[in-house]
Amino acid sequence: MTANLNIIGLAREVYKGLPTTLCAGCGHNSITNHLIKALFEYGVEPHKLAKMSGIGCSSKTPAYFVEQAHGFNGLHGRMPSAATGAKLANRDLLVLGISGDGDTASIGLGQYCHMIRRNVDCTYIVENNGCYGLTKGQFSATADVGSTQKGGKVNEYATIDICGLAIELGATFVARSFSGDGKQLVPLLQAAFSHRGTAILDVISPCVTFNDHEGSTKSYAYVKEHDVVLHTADYIAGGREVLVDYEPGTVRDVELEDGSHVVLRKLDLDYDPTNVIDALRTIHDSGTRGEFVTGLLYVDTKQQDLCEREGLSRTPLAQLDEEQLRMGREQWQELMAT
Amino acid sequence: MPARAVNDFTIRVATVNGSGSQSSNLVLTNAVARLGIPVAPKNVFPSNIEGLPTWFDVRVTALGYQCRARDFDVLVALNATTWQQDVAGVKSGGAVIHEEAYPCKGDTFREDLSYYPVPFTKLAKEQFADKGDLRKYLMNMIYVGVLGHLLDIPLNTIEESLRAQFRSKAAAVELNLSAVNVGLEYAREHLEKHDPFRLIPMSGKTDGLMFMEGNRAAALGCLMGGCTVAAWYPITPSSSLCEYFIQYCDRYRVDGETGERNVAIVQAEDELAAAGIVFGAGWAGARAMTSTSGPGISLMAEYAGYGYFAEVPGVIFDVQRAGPSTGLPTRTMQADVSFAYTLSHGDTKHLILLPATVTEAYEFAMESFDLAERFQTPVFVLSDLDLGMNAWLTPALRYPEKPFDRGKVLGADDLSSVKGWGRYRDVDKDGIAYRTLPGTKHPHAGFFTRGTGHDEEARYSEMPEVWQRNLDRLVRKHDTARSAVPQPVVEEKKSCKIAILAYGTTHHAVVEARDYLREAGIEFNYMRLRALPLSPEVATFVRRHDRVYVVEQNRDGQLYGILRTELPTHLIGRLESIRHYNGVPIDARSIIDPLLEEERRPAVVAE
Repeated sequence: MTANLNIIGLAREVYKGLPTTLCAGCGHNSITNHLIKALFEYGVEPHKLAKMSGIGCSSKTPAYFVEQAHGFNGLHGRMPSAATGAKLANRDLLVLGISGDGDTASIGLGQYCHMIRRNVDCTYIVENNGCYGLTKGQFSATADVGSTQKGGKVNEYATIDICGLAIELGATFVARSFSGDGKQLVPLLQAAFSHRGTAILDVISPCVTFNDHEGSTKSYAYVKEHDVVLHTADYIAGGREVLVDYEPGTVRDVELEDGSHVVLRKLDLDYDPTNVIDALRTIHDSGTRGEFVTGLLYVDTKQQDLCEREGLSRTPLAQLDEEQLRMGREQWQELMAT
Repeated sequence: MPARAVNDFTIRVATVNGSGSQSSNLVLTNAVARLGIPVAPKNVFPSNIEGLPTWFDVRVTALGYQCRARDFDVLVALNATTWQQDVAGVKSGGAVIHEEAYPCKGDTFREDLSYYPVPFTKLAKEQFADKGDLRKYLMNMIYVGVLGHLLDIPLNTIEESLRAQFRSKAAAVELNLSAVNVGLEYAREHLEKHDPFRLIPMSGKTDGLMFMEGNRAAALGCLMGGCTVAAWYPITPSSSLCEYFIQYCDRYRVDGETGERNVAIVQAEDELAAAGIVFGAGWAGARAMTSTSGPGISLMAEYAGYGYFAEVPGVIFDVQRAGPSTGLPTRTMQADVSFAYTLSHGDTKHLILLPATVTEAYEFAMESFDLAERFQTPVFVLSDLDLGMNAWLTPALRYPEKPFDRGKVLGADDLSSVKGWGRYRDVDKDGIAYRTLPGTKHPHAGFFTRGTGHDEEARYSEMPEVWQRNLDRLVRKHDTARSAVPQPVVEEKKSCKIAILAYGTTHHAVVEARDYLREAGIEFNYMRLRALPLSPEVATFVRRHDRVYVVEQNRDGQLYGILRTELPTHLIGRLESIRHYNGVPIDARSIIDPLLEEERRPAVVAE
């Protein structure tokens, strides 16, 4: 492997997209950069990547990475259904959904829930800034109670915790991270690509223009102050040696469905991401304290994804022809005779 | 015309919903067909699981008319609640077979009717004391025996019909047959025939025909049309379409060795999600469909617009029911035509297929997938409750001879040989650009599909000329489709200057109406429209006529409106509108009466 090429022989350049049109300093741009790194290092084949998104600032970002890949910038809040259809049509695709907090937690909450219920094999990133950027700063449903808008208006309505909700719905991979923490986010993204099923990544991503002021609980300053990092993560691809020496007893090793590993290095508490009750309690408690816990919150590698549950043919449905899809003439005559 | 009363009358069975009368109704229908006599059953049922009144009309029709008859001649009354109104509706000279316990006095005693009281409840109680819940079903089967005696249906014909109904379930056949016999014997002993209604076996009219609902035929069309992804949300009257599709796929899309399935069917959380799954799958290269009814297409409107503008194939079956709003979920109309045609915001125009028969429900379903991929756009198949849920006597469906038309799709090799491919470039000047599918291994295969303004290279653009150029290309594509969609069927005599234009199930009433009017000396030419956009033939047809009556089953004359918008101005004045919108299928009288009034001819008696 040449130093500048990844395991499938592609340069990092290939994973880049068009220049961003978002505001300078937007958390979403950082996420895009982390995604480029994660996709490059993971060695995703561009033609197998399906970039799906809804509407909003976050949903524009699929244009800013892997330009060669197909993108589907769909409807506001309705990307999960399109992602479901795309995956069913071609199960060989790596489906990557990019959404925002308005797109997911308000207009798209229904589709978000049902994508999770079905365990559609995809990586679903919520670029969460607690507000509507494109329409100039209205609250979204992930705004915390007491958080203020730029003009001082206070949010009095309960916040929807995307991660807690996902776990309640039976999600099989739930992580929270911060757009400013590439070190943690990149391996979590790669683990999400490896996970078979819906992988939810709630990435707190401050809006520099409308939600970065004093009083906001999604500002850079607030998030940095209140980010409780559960663990750092290393992603080790399947078949590759674990090169890093971990001090015994300091890590949790989660083996993913494709044989890869995500190695979580404990910080101050021993967190077990396979325990659903611990996960919910941790999310709930941190929320009560006004903190964000980040890391791999919950993972379950034992569940079938939608394609498996439906027993779909290994050959993508989109590639089947008349021969495979039409019964024979004799069978037809028999059917007509009954 | 043959004398009425022999092989030409309508039986109405009035029962209570949930009493299991459907089996006996179908056995009766099937028995009539087995005598070689064409028959058209119409189920008029309530939006209810149990307890409300329901009616089943069996139209016996030597001439083979498939539309509903407005009147009925023979009443089987098994619902005390509607007894009074049911008797009032019987045509003069008709016959009434009724539960003996119902009172025959005052309004319910009519001197112009023949009454046949039968103690259905008592007979069932005596004969099937040990059958528990089955008793109510068997009580219905008793009426089949009574009618068998009164109308001359041989017992072995009823038995064959029972076997067809209950297939291989021998015990069910025996039990039901005993109920039929109870009715037959009672009638033989106690009822003296004093009405003219009889069945006389015929030949050559029903040979090789079978009963099938449009929804079943459409499901078969999806199966043979290569649909691999289906997403749906249950809604009357479309649910059975997807349910039949599931049944067929369980049988014909599962690999015998591996158990792998060549289909994915998802019951979605709502109709918008169903549409999202369809367009996501269509974008990724699968043939995908959803089936719904009016309220469902309302929810799908947003994705329909996306599919139109981003140019993604997808098939939407709309089995129309009576709207607006929840409307009458179990009644029929053709009232989604104008909504579906322009479904979504902005300038949107869709391809709409309008099947009239079970054969077309099957063939158009298959064709819809070809058209969706050829034109890279949503295709709506607008059937209705009458076609979708009623059983129609129909020829066996033909095995498809045509391969799939997957449209303009570039693979990796194509991309290497073409220069400067642009997703929305109109290379062939037919408005249809070339697309690629995700998963195509070529560095230039990818593009960004979006509902926002885009140029020929699929790049975001707000440039006025780019926007307008794209909208104009979509019109060009729509125009190309005019000759590609199923073309109208025309019956025309040159000497005749007046015509009827209709579509969908209205067709069957037009057939009967034209026959009656011809008998009365008035000839009408006929164009049956089978799709939108309008074929170029429509304008030339209208041009050849002084007056064209547009007949349809909605209040506002929706196709009439589309014609007025799209035909050349000088032809608009030739159009007249005839509308039927009471929720039950249109009958011939609903066309004959207004036609005659418009034509200012003396009324003829049509029955």
